[in-house]
Amino acid sequence: MNDYLIIILSALGAIFILLAAIGIIRMPDLYLRISVTTKAATLGVGLLLISAAIYFNEIGITSRVLAIITFILLTAPVGAHMIGRASYFSGVKLWSKSKEDDLKGKYHPKTHGLASGIDEIEEKNESKKSI
Amino acid sequence: MSVYDFLYYIILPVLAISNLLIFIRFLIGPTLSDRVVALDLLLTTGIGIITIYSIYTDQPAFLDIAMIMALIAFLSTVAFSYYLDKREKNE
Repeated sequence: MNDYLIIILSALGAIFILLAAIGIIRMPDLYLRISVTTKAATLGVGLLLISAAIYFNEIGITSRVLAIITFILLTAPVGAHMIGRASYFSGVKLWSKSKEDDLKGKYHPKTHGLASGIDEIEEKNESKKSI
Repeated sequence: MSVYDFLYYIILPVLAISNLLIFIRFLIGPTLSDRVVALDLLLTTGIGIITIYSIYTDQPAFLDIAMIMALIAFLSTVAFSYYLDKREKNE
């Protein structure tokens, strides 16, 4: 019974990791690549780790596996957001067929502050200086 | 077909092929950010390979290395994006 569970879970995990690898090589744009790899690879590695926990069937190893899964679930979105934000500032272009850039003109080019218009950010900076 | 044969002849080759595909993106990636994303995904796939290998050799001590690898992946991504951001601000 456990053998079948391990086979099914590890096969699903390997398929998701393979999909992430195909996605990172086929997607036309950095932001689409980040979006593919974060989700698919997190799910795939989680399934592989759960299959290891079922195979060993000890409380120490299960807690270790749960710690790794929690850590990956917490850090993958944070890392993806940070690298996406930094590459938006450094001028990585969007795909030529993407329709809309919602962040255009909302980041101040020097201070990297976020507001709905650049004028508002400058007003904020001036009010901070006057205080 | 036992579990060990399945893991050794199907799962590990699939993971190796996906690692190879990610490494192609790591080599050809047009910008530095592409390479950072590919490096992060390489380390995450490495965690999966270590897990399968620890089942195959029946040694759970490898899972500690997987945990440290997850730490290094997160730290390297955060450090790279921090310095990318800083470089952009200085110029």
